[in-house]
Parts: sequence; structure tokens; C-alpha cells
Amino acid sequence: NLRKRFLQLSGNEETISREHLDTIPALAENPIKAQIIEAFFDKRNQRGDEAGAFQEIGFEQFLMVMCHFRPPTLKMTAEEKEAMRKEKLRFLFNMHDTDNDGTITLEEYRKVVEELLSKSGAIGQETAEAIADAAMLEVASTNVPHMAPDEFYEGITFQHFEQILKGLEMESRMNIRFLDVDTTTMRCGRSTS
Amino acid sequence: CALHRGAPSCGSSARLTAPTCVLLLLLFAFVSVASASRDDAPGGNNETGRAPPEDSHHHHQQTNSSTHHKKAFPVLSFNYEHVRQPFEISLWILLALLMKLGFHIIPRVSNVVPESCLLIVVGLLIGGIIKAIGEKAPMLDSKLFFLYLLPPIILDAGYFLPIRPFTENMGTILVFAVVGTLWNTFFVGGMMYAVCQIEGAQLGGVDLLSCLLFGSIISAVDPVAVLAVFEEIHINELLHILVFGESLLNDAVTVVLYHLFEEFSHADTVTVGDALLGVVCFFVVSLGGIMVGAIYGLLGAFTSRFTSHTRVIEPLFVFLYSYMAYLSAEVFHLSGIMSLIACGVMMRPYVEANISHKSYTTVKYFMKMWSSVSETLIFIFLGVSTVAGPHAWNWTFVIFTVILCLVSRVLGVIGLTYVINKFRIVKLTKKDQFIVAYGGLRGAIAFSLGFLLTNSQLKNMFLTAIITVIFFTVFVQGMTIRPLVELLAVKKKKESKRSINEEIHTQFLDHLLTGIEDICGHYGHHHWKDKLNRFNKAYVKRWLIAGERSTEPQLISFYNKMEMKQAMMLVESGSAAKLPAIVSSMQNIQPRGPARPRAIPSISKSREQEIRKILRANLQKTRQRLRSYSRHDLLIDPFEDGLSEVRFRRQRVEMERRMSHYLTVPANRQEIPSVRKVCFEPEHQVYTYDTDGESLRGRRASHSHPSASDAAGLVNESTRRPDQSGAAEPRPKAPDDQEDQDQLTLSRCLSDPGPNKDEEGGGSFLS
Repeated sequence: NLRKRFLQLSGNEETISREHLDTIPALAENPIKAQIIEAFFDKRNQRGDEAGAFQEIGFEQFLMVMCHFRPPTLKMTAEEKEAMRKEKLRFLFNMHDTDNDGTITLEEYRKVVEELLSKSGAIGQETAEAIADAAMLEVASTNVPHMAPDEFYEGITFQHFEQILKGLEMESRMNIRFLDVDTTTMRCGRSTS
Repeated sequence: CALHRGAPSCGSSARLTAPTCVLLLLLFAFVSVASASRDDAPGGNNETGRAPPEDSHHHHQQTNSSTHHKKAFPVLSFNYEHVRQPFEISLWILLALLMKLGFHIIPRVSNVVPESCLLIVVGLLIGGIIKAIGEKAPMLDSKLFFLYLLPPIILDAGYFLPIRPFTENMGTILVFAVVGTLWNTFFVGGMMYAVCQIEGAQLGGVDLLSCLLFGSIISAVDPVAVLAVFEEIHINELLHILVFGESLLNDAVTVVLYHLFEEFSHADTVTVGDALLGVVCFFVVSLGGIMVGAIYGLLGAFTSRFTSHTRVIEPLFVFLYSYMAYLSAEVFHLSGIMSLIACGVMMRPYVEANISHKSYTTVKYFMKMWSSVSETLIFIFLGVSTVAGPHAWNWTFVIFTVILCLVSRVLGVIGLTYVINKFRIVKLTKKDQFIVAYGGLRGAIAFSLGFLLTNSQLKNMFLTAIITVIFFTVFVQGMTIRPLVELLAVKKKKESKRSINEEIHTQFLDHLLTGIEDICGHYGHHHWKDKLNRFNKAYVKRWLIAGERSTEPQLISFYNKMEMKQAMMLVESGSAAKLPAIVSSMQNIQPRGPARPRAIPSISKSREQEIRKILRANLQKTRQRLRSYSRHDLLIDPFEDGLSEVRFRRQRVEMERRMSHYLTVPANRQEIPSVRKVCFEPEHQVYTYDTDGESLRGRRASHSHPSASDAAGLVNESTRRPDQSGAAEPRPKAPDDQEDQDQLTLSRCLSDPGPNKDEEGGGSFLS
């Protein structure tokens, strides 16, 4: 289960650091490895309003990050599902918004696309930029339809982000099957209250 | 003739042309009612209608006269025999299509009643007419059905199968297909045997094996019927793929069970060994079918790699390889349907990367067309066969069959869902279960299988029962499912806007989840999918895709496709190209910098290039892409990326010429055709677009393959809209200079109050 895995990763220590996660062999192929690892250490993904990053995390924090990936149960009401979706979207948003200013700027978005395409061979930086620009423009045009030429679209705010990804139904997609679901959800539930 | 049961002889040609006569009459009547005027059809019909009575006479006369003396040179002769078979086949197909046409012209009926019901009713009518004039109506010949009518439908389904939801729900679908069908078979078979034991029913002659055989025939959910009904109700993707996937995959089970019981009913004893062999047979049939299909699919993909010089025959490869896969599977009594699906699924990604845009359109069109025709014919024939076939009506048997089918389906679904939900992340709700149970329609496959039965004593009774069940499911369930879906407020299919943001995040999510799984050490769904993708990219694509397309990552190809689509739409529609809106939007999202080109002093080559670069560098306007599996509309297709430099240059020249006329000649509708003249391939216009000048935000210049870095951009002009009068800034007068052109165009559009919303513009672009 997760506790065992945690201990395995940390080499039987109490906390894990970035290097521990870095050394997982399967992650080597992943284009967004750095972002994923960073997300574990991001304080914003824990409950509470802190910002910044940990250097090491304990099992509680590890579990808290994992909580974001729990699936919805049959018994959830619509509000709970909505709250869960917001939580997952928030997680994604935090992954993109690296400087924690509340918006995903064009630069940040460009970086995201670049990283996504990084392992796919020699892709010109132009293309990545073009794609990011296009995506940004789309967000801008869907959320702020009548933009005067003088206005400047600062960046994707969380509301816009939610709006854009409404169609993807995050609460059904962003899930991992956990080995022992009950303890995890219990803990997640306990931590929220 | 495959359509007729008896072998026609020469002398009876007059008799057999009578059904044709009837058809012609019916055609004639229908045609004149349904539409205003169709001059060609009645004319042709009249001529041949008049002919049959004279046929025998002529025939007689000619044979007589030829032996006696030199007959006069026949100026006009009649020889129907020569063309009878293809003539009749064509007539049937024509009739079927005209019926289909008629239904869509009368909207009231087609909203209430699904098309399949109407077609069966038509078939009944025709069968009735034929019988009334004393002719023998054609039956739905099993060979015809399995070899000619069924494959196009299955191929269409398999080729356009949405892979992602299918693989995500594969476990559920398999459980429903295999276990569900087994349960249905044994339940219905067993209970029917119990029913047959009832004294008063006169069913004593039906033994257990026959009942089980009957159970196996009747228990399979039919893909044709499911497709026909579900297409029209547009439920959400999950339910659609569950029912549809089940109907496709249960073919293996049906084939095995059918052959098993058929064999057993001829044998004297059944041993456990036989039953075990049956299980083995199931695996052989299904996996063998899939393998055969996969092999043909790979062959097809490989062949398409080399077809760059003979584009015209590309579509044929797709069809022929698929058909061969089906036939090869049928040779070994493997599951033909699964083979066909496997072939289509295997072939599609590689073939689509290789073939030209025109070929792709052709493939799509032809598939939809053939499957549509097939489906129509199947339902009409079902109706005709009902009237024509020998029936043995037994109240008890039939009633109990219908009831038991329903009961077993409901029980099966509930029971299986209970088990499946333990393993699913997204559980199936009660509503979902209801729709899945209710959507278990039986159709023509059951009928054809029943037709193949050899035991004629029970065959008629079975056939009657099968037809009753089919009618019940198609009519009752088919008609009521739509209001029920509304009533239960089942989630409908969302019109998926494949926006680039969604695409980016889908990919991102894939990687993210794979990463998290790796961190957890849990080798789940995503992990294996990722491995498969990497294997695919590293080895398979290199072999099967020609040229540089093989190394293109998915996001890039998606992006390119959207751009091409944009560009094509832009050029084709010729309306409001907000070239400057693009510039302004770009300015909106770019960080404020010192050099923001607002007013362009002069048009020089370099400036043109810069504008083009800006255009090229971005702009995405997404369109609604109707992800539909329906027969009636086709997906909008991206343009092929092989636009030649020549065409671009030609367009650029055209554009410049037009820009110089721009302000002197008020833009009106007449200009659009000339734009179309320089279009890439106007005949690609498979969609209709909104031509009343609704402009869209964010126009896109066409952008060819990333490697062609200096491809010329397309500059479209905007047609002047009548409602642009609300501009805040005064429009300056138009001098005739080229350079001022651009400036004015830019400034005008910069002051534009804003285009219509995305949805309106997008929706109108699709047929």
C-alpha cells in the first residue's frame, strides 16, 4: 500500500526529497517529470494557504497530494462532485502557475507546451510557442469575448481555466485506482474537516 | 438471382417480372407523392412497365419467326432477361433509398418513430402487396445477408470506433458481451425448455438442445438495430459505447454457441469434454478473429505507405483488405465481425496518416453510404420476409420468449453491473443500467441465424418467435427509448469542441497520471497505455507511415489539422477574414512591448512578411467538431498537408489583386466565387457554411508542415459587413493605393466592435 511505497521510496526514512523521486526509473521517460515532482513539494497543494515549496515532505503531505487523485464515489452529491472537480483543477492550475501569481501567463503556458513536447523529438521552439499562443488566444476569446484592441489579457485565471476545461469532466478522468482506497479517502476526508 | 428462392427459368420470366412490376408501381406512386416532380423516373418506369406484357409475346414471335424466314431487322427489341438480375437488384436498392428520402422529407414522422421501424413497415407493405398479387416474395437470404449486407455496416462501425472510450471501458464491455450473452442464452434456453414441458402448450417435441440453440440465437444484441436506434437519440458517449461495444463483441459468443448447439443437436450424446471444447473454441474464435483482422489491418497500413503515386486507388485498399479480413475469418468459422473490427481499428491511424485528403473523404463517404444502404435494405427485407416466410404461430412459445428475453436482459444487466461496479472507477448508475438493459435490441442477425437452421419442423416456430422478438424490441423499445431518455434526463452527448486547450490537457493528464502511477509503484491502466504508445512510436509507426509523418507527435498533428481546417474554411467561405483582428488579438496576449505595430506606414515586402508571420504564428479558432457516429453527417476533415508552394503563390497573387480592388469595389456576394476559384479544391466542400457574412474571431492563416518553415501565409480579406457601421472611429476615405489599403483595412478592423460569439460562428459551419 501507499505507506509501504513511501518507505520504499524514502529508503525507510521519514521524509522524501526530490532526489528520491527523481531516481524512479519509470519516470525517466515522462516529459513532465519535473513538474510532477515539483507538485509534490508545492505547499499550495496541501490544505492551508501557504505558498512556496518544501524541501522534503513527510507521509502526511505525500498522502495529501495523492488525495487529489481519488475517484468520485457513487454516493457523492452533485456539490461534492463539483468541489472535487475544483480541487483537481486547482491541482493542475498550480502545476502550471509556477510563480504563484494566480494566473497562467503566456510564458508559463509556453513552458508547459514545450515540456509536453520535449520528449517527442526535435520540435522547434517556434511550434511549441505557436501552439501555446493559439491555446491562450482560445482561452481569451472564449472567456472575454469582446476584448478591445487595447486590452491586454494578463493570463489565465482560475475561473477561466475552469471554464476552458469544463468539457473534460475532471472528476471522472483524473483518477488513479488506489490499492487501498478506503484508508486513503478516510484520511483525505479527515483532513478536510 | 440471389434475391429469389427458386431458380427462374426462361419461360417463367413473365411471372417473375410481375413483382418487378409491382415495385415499379409502388415506386411510381411513392415518387409522385413524395416529391414535386421527378420527371425521369416515371418516364423510365412507364416504358419498362409497359414492356412486360409484351415480353412473352415478342419472345414467342421471335422464336417463331426466326426459324421460318428472314425476319425484318428489329429496330426496337426488348430483352429483359439479359439484365434482369442487376436490374432487380438496382430496383430494390433504389426503392430502399427513395423510402429513406421520403422519411426525411416528412419531419413529423421521423421525429417520433425511428427510421428502422418505418423501414420495416415499408417492407411489410411491400411484402403484403407482393403476396396479394400471388407472387412469392423474396426472403432475406442468409448468404446475402452475411456476405453482402452485414460487412459494410460493421466496417463502418469498426473503422470509426472511438478508441479512447472503447479501451477505457473494455473490461465492462467484455463482461457484458461474454458473460451477459452466456447468461441470456442459458436463462432463455433453460426457461423455454421448462415452458415447453407445460402440458397444454403442445410443445412436447422441443428438446433441451433445441431450446438452448434457440436461446443462443435470440440472446445476442444486434449491432445493426442498436446503431439504427441509438444514432438518433444522441446519448452520452459512455452508454453508447457500452451498448454498441457489447453488440459488436458478442458475435464471438454467438458464433460459438450457435455452432456448438447446432452440432450437439445432431450428435447423440454430449459430454463434459465437448463442453470444454466449446470453451476452447470460444477463445480460438474470438482471438483468431482478432488476429486475422489485425494481420489484414497491418497489411493494409503497410500497403498504404506506398500509394503516394496512385492516390486514386487508395480507398479501395481500405475496403478490400477489410472485406478480405471478414471473408478469411468466415472461412475458418472464426468471428467475422471481430475480425472486421480489428482490421478497421488497426488500419485506421496509419492509413489516415498516409492517404491523401481526397482519399480519406472518399473512404468516409463510401463507408457511410454503403452502410446506410445496407441498413435500409436489411430492414426492408426483414419486413418483406415477415410477410413471406412460413410461420408457425404458437402463442405460448412466442409470448414466453418475449417476456423471458426482457426479464433475462434486465436481470443480467443488474447482476453484472453489481459486479462490475466493484472494479470501475466511474460507477454505472441506475439510470445507466436501465438504458443499457433497454438498449438490448435484437435484429436481423438473429433472424438470419434462425434462417440457417436445418431442422424445418421447429424452424418455423422459432422463426416466428424470433421475428416477434425483433419486432417488439425494434418497435416498442426503439420508439419509446427516446422519450424515456428525455424523461430520465440521461446525459446527452456533449458536442465536443475539440479545442486545443482540451487536447493539451488531455495529453498532460495522460502523462501526469502515468507519472503518479509510477510514483505509486502501481502498474495501472495508464502505465500500460503509455508503454504501448511508446512502442508504437518507436517501432510500428516507422514501418507503416510514409515519410516524416511518422515522427510527428500527436499534439503537433492535431494542431496542424486544426490549422488546415481553419485555412480551408477561411478560403472556402471567403468571409470576414479578420486579418487585423488577429493582429489585435495577438497584441492582447503578448506582453506589452515597445514596438507594437499599430499603423503601418507603407506596405513593403518586409512588412508583408511580418504580417504573414504574425498570422502564421498563431490564431486558433476552434470549430465545433461534431463527433458523431451517425449516418447522416460526416466529420469535418482537415486538409492534407502537402499544399504546394505553387498554389500558395498563386493565392498570394490573387489576394493582392483583390486587395487592390478592395475599397473601390464594395464587397458583396459576387466576389466570393472568384475567391473560390483559387481555392485548393472546392469540391472538398462537404459541409455547408454560413454565408451571410457572420464573421469569426481570430482568423487563421494556413500553415503547412512545421518543417517547411518558409511557407507563405494566406492573407484573406474581410468582406464588409453591413453591421459594421457601429464602429467608434470614423472610417477614413479610401484612396486607391496599395499601401493605404492595408492600413485602412487594419484600422477598420481594429475598431471593430467585436465579432459574434464563438458558438454561433462555429455551429453554423457544419452541416
